[in-house]
Amino acid sequence: MVTVPTGLLAGESPAAPILAVTGLGKNFGERVVLQDVSFQIAKGEVVVVIGPSGCGKSTLLRCLNGLEKADAGQVRLDGQDLCQGQIKWSLVRQRIGMVFQSYDLFPHLTVKENLLLGPLRAQRRRRVEALAQAEELLDRVGLLDRAESYPRQLSGGQKQRVAIIRALCMNPEIILFDEVTAALDPEMVAEVLEVMLGLAQQGMTMLIVTHEMDFARGVADRVIFLDAGVVVEESPPDIFFTAAKSERVRRFLDRRRYERRLKTVG
Amino acid sequence: MAFDWNFVAKFYPLFLRAAWLTLWLGLLGTFLASLVGFIGAIITYARVPGLNRLFRAYVEVSRNTPLLIQLFFLYFGLPKMGIMLESRTAAMLGLAFLGGGYMAEAIRAGLGAVPPGQLEAGYAIGLTRAQVIRHVLLPQAFAVAMPAIGANVIFLLKETSVFSVVALADLMFVAKDLIGMYYRTNEALLMLVLAYLLLLLPLSLLFYLWERKLRHAGFGG
Repeated sequence: MVTVPTGLLAGESPAAPILAVTGLGKNFGERVVLQDVSFQIAKGEVVVVIGPSGCGKSTLLRCLNGLEKADAGQVRLDGQDLCQGQIKWSLVRQRIGMVFQSYDLFPHLTVKENLLLGPLRAQRRRRVEALAQAEELLDRVGLLDRAESYPRQLSGGQKQRVAIIRALCMNPEIILFDEVTAALDPEMVAEVLEVMLGLAQQGMTMLIVTHEMDFARGVADRVIFLDAGVVVEESPPDIFFTAAKSERVRRFLDRRRYERRLKTVG
Repeated sequence: MAFDWNFVAKFYPLFLRAAWLTLWLGLLGTFLASLVGFIGAIITYARVPGLNRLFRAYVEVSRNTPLLIQLFFLYFGLPKMGIMLESRTAAMLGLAFLGGGYMAEAIRAGLGAVPPGQLEAGYAIGLTRAQVIRHVLLPQAFAVAMPAIGANVIFLLKETSVFSVVALADLMFVAKDLIGMYYRTNEALLMLVLAYLLLLLPLSLLFYLWERKLRHAGFGG
């Protein structure tokens, strides 16, 4: 089946969005978690999602790769509708990587085996070629000497770096990051954020949920503010962090500064 | 009556033969029990409608009735309904029936111990459901379940000591027979105990080493 990117059909610019979300809705029973969420990500773009705890950020990411089923709206990956008909999620997920807050490395496999599981089993690639890529990526994040280690032998920051390149080993078109530094000690946060910054510079398309405001400001092409399941604001980082249109965003950011002041005093 | 080593020397081959029979039937029964337990644990884990409840009922019956009674039913009860079982078949099936419940519980606990995040991580790298089960769920579940499975194997092999009720010449049968014929209680019981130790100690050691290997391979940390 030939799928034509919607952007081209509509006569828009050739930079058609790789991911287009329209009117996405999700309920857990009575509770509305996401409501009419719409945004797009172009190839090579880095979009950061910010919002208070429980605002639906994680659920949003999980709806994009089918870990949760959206109740309304549309998700298009490179033009292909992911909400209609029978979707082979195992194939879609090879194109949408995801990194979790709790790393979720496989504890019974070595670092190398963690990295190779997807490429060898899901993508059925040749071992020599997949291994070469895995080792190159390990080298890039400074963990080549830990290839034979088990996850429990790694620090939190090392685990998360492995988890990131586990997603990269699948050569995805976009990677979703779900608060990947939230469980880390402050010192380890930096080493993980650096890896992500490097990816952004190399043109990786990324959708990042984070509470690290400085990082968001540095890495994002666009910031989306989500509150109570609704997109409250979507703007470039310079505007978002200094001159947000929405009162809700300004209050959220002010509160953060207040917290920071408390910390320096105490 | 002094301890008679000549008696031991004369009759120990009987015990060896019985030990062999006990081992074979015991292992076959245990294997079947593991199979039943594995399938049942999957049914319970996946909450297959209908089958799930049926299997839970079976688990309760198998774990809360003695093997002796289960064997009586298979060997003396079923023929009344027209199903005749040979001694060995009845013994093996009895052990499988008893063990299936225990094995199912052990494996179910193992499956339940694997965090949902592990499965999601498997899906997130594009694995299919079957691949997630095979490469992510089962290896971790078995590592957790291994100690309980090992204990069940030893327990089931010891339960073979009631096989004599279905007219099998197992270890217990031989010992009782010799005591009845020659009144050499001490000698017969010594050989009985030694025979069971001979069977079970190597197995226990094997499971111990296996568990240790699993622990070292990066679990529980």
